Amino acid sequence: MKSFLAVLTVVAAIMAVWYVACVPMNIHGVLVEAERGGADVVPATARERRDIGAVALVTRNGFAIPATWAQDRPRLPAPHQVAIELWDTTLNKKITSKRSLVYHGWVTLSATMLGFVIGTVLGILLAVGIVHSRVMDMSVMPWAIVSQTIPIIALAPMIIVVLYSVGVQGILPKAVISAYLSFFPVVVGMVKGLRSPDGMQLDLLRTYNASRTQGFWKLRLPSSIPYLFASLKIGIAASLVGAIVGELPTGAVAGLGARLLAGSYYGQTVQIWAALFAAAILAALLVGLLGLMERVVLRRMGVAS
Amino acid sequence: MMLVLFAILLWLSGWWINTRLAEGPQANSRAVRLAVPLIFGLTVLAVWELLVRGLNVPLVILPAPSLIAVRFAQSTGLLWQDFMQTFVKGALSGYVLGCGAAFLTAILVDRSDFLRRGLLPVGNFVAALPIVGTAPILVMWFGFDWESKAAVVVVMVFFPMLVNTVAGLSETTQMQRDLMETYAASYWQGFFKLRLPAAMPFIFNGLKISTTLALIGAIVAEFFGSPTMGMGFRISTSVGQLALDMVWAEIVVAALAGTLFYGAVALLERVATFWHPSQRG
Repeated sequence: MKSFLAVLTVVAAIMAVWYVACVPMNIHGVLVEAERGGADVVPATARERRDIGAVALVTRNGFAIPATWAQDRPRLPAPHQVAIELWDTTLNKKITSKRSLVYHGWVTLSATMLGFVIGTVLGILLAVGIVHSRVMDMSVMPWAIVSQTIPIIALAPMIIVVLYSVGVQGILPKAVISAYLSFFPVVVGMVKGLRSPDGMQLDLLRTYNASRTQGFWKLRLPSSIPYLFASLKIGIAASLVGAIVGELPTGAVAGLGARLLAGSYYGQTVQIWAALFAAAILAALLVGLLGLMERVVLRRMGVAS
Repeated sequence: MMLVLFAILLWLSGWWINTRLAEGPQANSRAVRLAVPLIFGLTVLAVWELLVRGLNVPLVILPAPSLIAVRFAQSTGLLWQDFMQTFVKGALSGYVLGCGAAFLTAILVDRSDFLRRGLLPVGNFVAALPIVGTAPILVMWFGFDWESKAAVVVVMVFFPMLVNTVAGLSETTQMQRDLMETYAASYWQGFFKLRLPAAMPFIFNGLKISTTLALIGAIVAEFFGSPTMGMGFRISTSVGQLALDMVWAEIVVAALAGTLFYGAVALLERVATFWHPSQRG
């Protein structure tokens, strides 16, 4: 309860700061419109206003403050503007419409999910290989770690062009980037998990005369599940970033990334913010869903209470 | 066809050497542990080269490593300029600002229980979000030059760093803190002598995560507008011209910069947290 109150206070404080910040951020644009509408603006021309600080402008033109929260193309949209745009484009549009965020979100989500599944499966397979083969461990693992340190996103535009030139387009190139991004967290987490049984437990299995396969299915795999879920949560967030970034360089027409790019081309700030929040909500939902699955699975396994 | 066969042969022999090395008696020596991944990497490069040449893969799809190396050598001036713009001006300045701000915020959070309860869940939440999406907004605010890239990086590294530092600062046990109290240590004495050193492994974890994020942020932000230089700019324009060897050259630069950056932070960590169990052995 105390924590809930504290979170609420912090969120409220962020909102308040946001509203206050809108005023100086948007004042220049608002005053230009007010001047056109015939209102008395204190430094009369736009050129004079350019040299004056935003805060000074606000204090001299107090009447313009409400308008800074209701501009058409603000530099910083007010929270309620974003909320209205989000509401409008998710619930009031047909989901097949090009203006619906559900449509764009679905395009991104499907690429994310496909990539996430591919990346996870490949990651688990590689991890199993690494744990069972010393050669693979010694050759591949260092490169897996190095690849974590390079900005994989840099590969994104190239992957898309390469796949396009061999005739693959649509969802798959984006899914490949998503898969690439979710691949290594899964490998690293899974290797750690498969190695987590200690010597005592492994010895116990040996005294039971268990084969390597039995040891894998009955001991190593179950004890890797908590590690797996921890890396899946990182992996799915990375997948979503990958799918969004994969939509940027090709001038894709659909998806949250395309929405961001189009908004930035046409100066539609509210649209950018709405797409950004949609992406954030999507990420939170996906991570939350995995967290829920984790709780259920671990409880059924008897690991967590 | 000969080249393809040769590639397969090379792969098998590389694998055979590695198997011998990894399962041989010297497997745990330092030389072998360095040699095995090195051989693996070189085999991959050689196989790549042979396959591309043997199957006549067009340059547009996958350039051979030798072509990339030639392109790299020919355009070092341009690559250096891009590197300075994106990495030094954009990523590095944003990294320093973002991590510094997060560290100071973490101290504030640490001093106030209310802030810890309130800000930390929000920070955890934000850290998992696709913050690269803020790039178009920040480019709109701070202009096309490196300032907007640094701003994107600040936003991206802030929350992971904050979450890690706060977790680190609460790492000490109650007993240790009580001991400091019986010594009549002030908050800052306790902070610098006990809690900051104990937090160091966590802080460096945050710093290491942030190195990758910083480069990603700076490169992605350039897709939303940049002056006519920078790694992200060069990648997106070279892709448009189908100059894939240039794209790969930039990727090599990004990989080198990312690895060296990470390595430098890891080295610093070794120096600063030499006492920690994970640094032994």
